[in-house]
Amino acid sequence: MFANLANLLRYRGLIQSLVARDLKARYRGSVLGFFWSFVNPLLLLLVYSFVFSTVMPNKTEGIQPYALFMFCGILPWTWFSASLSEATNSLISGGNLIKKVLFPAEILPIVSVLANMVNFFLGLVILVPSLIYFHKLHLSFDLLWFPATVLVQLVFTLALGLILSALAVHFRDIRDLLFNILTLWFFATPIIYYWRQDNVQKYKHVFDLNPFTHIAITYQEVLFFGQVGHGPWLLALGAASILLFLAGYWFFDRLRDSFAEAV
Amino acid sequence: MTPAIELTNVSKIYRRYGGRQFATLKSALLQRSILRTLQPSETFSALTNVSFTVPKGSTYGVVGPNGSGKSTALKLVAGITKPTSGTVRVQGRISALIELGAGFHPEISGRENVFINGIMLGLTKREITERFDEIVDFAELTEFIDAPVKTYSSGMYMRLGFAVAIHVNPDVLLVDEVLAVGDEAFTHKCLDKFAEFRRRGKTILLVTHSLSLVERFCDEAIWLDSGVARAHGDPTRVVSEYLMAVEASEEHLMETTTAKAVAAAEEETAPQPQVDPNQPPENMFQASEGRWGAREVEITDVTLLDLEGKPSFVFHSGDPMSIHLKVRAAKPNDDVVFGIGIFSAEGVCCYGTNTFVEEINPARLAGDGEATFAIEGLDLVEGTYKLDVAVHRRDGAPYDYHRLLYTFRVKSRTHDAGIYRPRHTWRFSPSLTFPAGEK
Repeated sequence: MFANLANLLRYRGLIQSLVARDLKARYRGSVLGFFWSFVNPLLLLLVYSFVFSTVMPNKTEGIQPYALFMFCGILPWTWFSASLSEATNSLISGGNLIKKVLFPAEILPIVSVLANMVNFFLGLVILVPSLIYFHKLHLSFDLLWFPATVLVQLVFTLALGLILSALAVHFRDIRDLLFNILTLWFFATPIIYYWRQDNVQKYKHVFDLNPFTHIAITYQEVLFFGQVGHGPWLLALGAASILLFLAGYWFFDRLRDSFAEAV
Repeated sequence: MTPAIELTNVSKIYRRYGGRQFATLKSALLQRSILRTLQPSETFSALTNVSFTVPKGSTYGVVGPNGSGKSTALKLVAGITKPTSGTVRVQGRISALIELGAGFHPEISGRENVFINGIMLGLTKREITERFDEIVDFAELTEFIDAPVKTYSSGMYMRLGFAVAIHVNPDVLLVDEVLAVGDEAFTHKCLDKFAEFRRRGKTILLVTHSLSLVERFCDEAIWLDSGVARAHGDPTRVVSEYLMAVEASEEHLMETTTAKAVAAAEEETAPQPQVDPNQPPENMFQASEGRWGAREVEITDVTLLDLEGKPSFVFHSGDPMSIHLKVRAAKPNDDVVFGIGIFSAEGVCCYGTNTFVEEINPARLAGDGEATFAIEGLDLVEGTYKLDVAVHRRDGAPYDYHRLLYTFRVKSRTHDAGIYRPRHTWRFSPSLTFPAGEK
């Protein structure tokens, strides 16, 4: 297993070009092309702003503009959920490669996660200037929590992506199941509501069990509130994610030989 | 010499159908395996105890009918699947021409696909940049290399895939029936490329249905049948053994075809489909398949005999063949004509005759009788032929007419055209010279 993991390093060139290919292919043929990577989050931000300032205004003290607050959580969530749905599909849709080319299969889910990470970074190009405009972003050492959070999320997503993609080869049901689970998961995570709200705090223990809660809260603290109090939680999640990743990789490795036949 | 590829007692068992392969939690914990062990009824053995060794620098052919495990063997060598038991050892960099352009993404350009495909096959970016022009040149796609691959024709797609795979510069090249990729010119180019590989001492494992290619090209060959190695060694010997087996199975096929046709005709005699059997069409050659006539004289048995006098359904062009008829007259009859017709698979009459037109007039048939139509040399080109046999009156009204009931096959190693092959030789003036030993 560790030999395979090390082997993966040799394939970083391939991962790189596959991620690039994914991004290029995504908008190929559209008029705006690559700009969609910026336009999409911008439009999303505008829609949320409209809804939460006009249709159902949220005037909670301290979290204004509310749309921007939500956006700090939605952007990483999009990375997470899109990664998982694409990773789950990756082995099945890449079946041709697994069957005909000698090629470490884990590259496919990894590429799905990384391509969506790049999209997340492109979304930041919209988010960060908005944060600066509303004087939310402060230069301090707390900003270092941002790369840490990204890293934790990356490891956590990779771990789930590996497990789901391997399982989906044998249980195609997972693809449909995942869609519903992700919707539930989204609303179970303090992304579009504030986690210090009384009715959230009442069930704090339940929310604490949700790994993405800690990721979302840390993002909100780093980007929106400028002060991080959730660090220990995040570090604990980071450690757990590394273990989960190793377990997920082990699981993937065990099923590896069945892919070429089951896909 | 060190072997480049070595398979030792390799077996590969596939699942017969999809379905749950997972163990229950309990058995997973007990057996420490996530995957359930399969019942024998759920498995299919693609390869059974196959061993062969390909010395470095040689070209090795794999022949066999469809479904014999050729491609599985190739995938095992390529490392795409793992053997269920046994070991596969390969030395050096492998490039597998199994499915060309397997990794191409339709939306992006040929140029970008060449890079990604090359990296997938184990090249570095630098190596591809160096070979890029050569690859595009080989694929004959210079004009279209920047167009998205989805706009390519299937030929262009395959050519590009082939070009990338062959420029990986492997030590071991695995080729699975890919020479059918392009037009004649491209096929020649591919063969030249293979020849170049051979010259440079690379190892080639070739899976193909083109037996002449194996004979011409390979140093050694193996014949697989239903996952079992039936023969290996000298390609000419392996190919001829394989051809003999093909013949035997074709013979079996002809036998069943004929038996079925005869049985079907037998059943139909009571309710004849469109026409009354006693009122056959004017020209029997236009009658449909089946058995016609009122059976005052009945053909009880028809046997095709080969040159050794053994019943057979497959004949070599130019060999003798006899058609042996057994007949029985219900009551003594003095108006009996025997007829034979040979038809090609398309229904063209190759030859038709009867004893009356040849002015052989049996005076009387009572009870059982036999007649043999002996052909000295069956001078037909390769193909499947159908046979009519009949006993009828001098005026043509059939007693028992077996229309297209018998099928036989003519085999030939010469791929000539037409139906009839006149006995012939070629003669040349001395000004034409031939390589030593060839004429």
